Amino acid sequence: MKTEVLKRGIVIEKKKSEWRSYELVGFWALRLTLVLVLFILGVIVFDIVSKGAGVINWEFLTQPPRVGMTEGGIFPAIVGTFYVTLITITFAVPLGVGAAIYLNEYAVQGKFTRLVRMSVRNLAGVPSIVFGLFGMAVFVKIFGFGPSLIAAGFTLGLLTLPVTVTASEEALRTVPRAYREGSFALGASRWQVVRTVVLPRAIPGILTGTILGLARAAGETAPILATGAAFFLPQLPDSIRSQFMALPYHLFIMSTQHHAISQVRPIAYGTALVLLSLVCLLNLAAVLLRKRYRNRVAKGL
Amino acid sequence: MASITEKTMRVIFVFCGLAIILFLVGILYILLSNSLPGLIELGLRPFFAADRWNPGAYGEPTYSLLNMIYGTLMVTVGALIFAVPIGVAAAAYLAEIASPWEREFFKPIVEVLAGVPSVVLGFFGLVVLAPLIARAFNLNSGLNAFNGAILVGIMAMPTIITLAEDAITAVPREYRHASLALGGTRWQTIWKITIPAAFSGITASAMLGMGRAIGETMTVLMVTGNMVARPESFLDSVRTLSAGIAIDIGDVVFNSTHFHALFVAGLLLFLITFAVNLLADILIQRKPEVNK
Repeated sequence: MKTEVLKRGIVIEKKKSEWRSYELVGFWALRLTLVLVLFILGVIVFDIVSKGAGVINWEFLTQPPRVGMTEGGIFPAIVGTFYVTLITITFAVPLGVGAAIYLNEYAVQGKFTRLVRMSVRNLAGVPSIVFGLFGMAVFVKIFGFGPSLIAAGFTLGLLTLPVTVTASEEALRTVPRAYREGSFALGASRWQVVRTVVLPRAIPGILTGTILGLARAAGETAPILATGAAFFLPQLPDSIRSQFMALPYHLFIMSTQHHAISQVRPIAYGTALVLLSLVCLLNLAAVLLRKRYRNRVAKGL
Repeated sequence: MASITEKTMRVIFVFCGLAIILFLVGILYILLSNSLPGLIELGLRPFFAADRWNPGAYGEPTYSLLNMIYGTLMVTVGALIFAVPIGVAAAAYLAEIASPWEREFFKPIVEVLAGVPSVVLGFFGLVVLAPLIARAFNLNSGLNAFNGAILVGIMAMPTIITLAEDAITAVPREYRHASLALGGTRWQTIWKITIPAAFSGITASAMLGMGRAIGETMTVLMVTGNMVARPESFLDSVRTLSAGIAIDIGDVVFNSTHFHALFVAGLLLFLITFAVNLLADILIQRKPEVNK
């Protein structure tokens, strides 16, 4: 009898340990998928950093391209990207924050807010080249901006709108309900509550969304193909109606359209590194900012 | 005085909310109104005829989108074949197994990968992956559907990981506890309880990944070779719908038949991604309901 129980116990123990080793293998298999993600990112970053770093120097960052774009720097592309993302956020941030304030502070939750939120999510899924078509038809032709900074900026603004709305809404939601109720109880009107109580506390979150939107806009190419990006311009854009050079478009040209592709490969690598660093830095800033203010929220401050 | 400000602010914010809907409707309207002249002039059939997209042909321009649809299909399916299993496995690990520091370490990496601009990924495919593929399969050029599928899969992976992880995390804790209390191992709990319970959310994540893959433009434009011939294998050069639009958008003559035909392609792309996203949206709204 006793040995019977003991035997059974041993069998169970054995099964358990068998399972445990299966599990260990399984867990490692799953962990490997993340290691693979890390590896992919590592290979991409390593390739671009190792081959692009040698190209980057002061001259590369501050000089325009020379000799049919086979020499010189990428200064106009950096400036162009800076200008166009500036227009993008002046368009997308007020609208996005406004929509988020509407959704979270003003609207009665119901069919209409569901429709707005659904539109936000669907807008986020529209292919970037379709934004390009829309921008070309509306901003370039119907509004008559022509291919320009403003047409491209508005097109990119539409594309980044879902990012700013979502992030702003998340930021507004983290402001405790009691704050609003307390202010209302003191006789404040809705706009006063939003302006003096809710918005100041939501600013870091909104800023995070803005930076994420910026990063997205800075890296997009398809929407600016026909709305204002130029192959090469001898001077910097002098108004919002000028065409511009942009980092992502410059990289596209230097790697596929240039007449001496292998000769300009180093310049393409340098451009890729500058663009990648810019986007990664912006994303990193957003992540850090979000972490800081989430901690603050968690502490109830 | 104060009430005027109040009212103005309310109107402004309502307008902002309304604007979002208007933009989405506006995009559909612009696509329709610009593709309609083309559809009226040519009818629907030429866009799905067996010939090629060749709007610049002297005499008889042709506008078939069929080969581009094949191209989009190949790149998308090829991408999802590996991106979905890897993405879901990674999500399961992050949600169920990873220790806090592992999560802290891996999640930003996924986010950084999501942030890599598509043109940079395309450049990588062009200069690194293409020569590798050409050598491995003994081809003249590694610019083909296979290359595109790999890169688009890499692009779709962060979307799938993030959303599938959200779906798995949303499964009520009681499900796991019940399974573990009945003697289930963690492994069994993950595969037999948690993931089935999160199935609609995981499907939605795969669909949103698919939406990204279908619409992805710059990467495929740079790495798939862009031939308009009918592809016969993954090692053939293909042109996707999105890349097809991007190639022609720069020098198309305004209001020409070619111009309208491009909008037909855009409309098709919009409708496909819209349907996919809507379906994913409906799936995401569904909560796990095994217990009812």
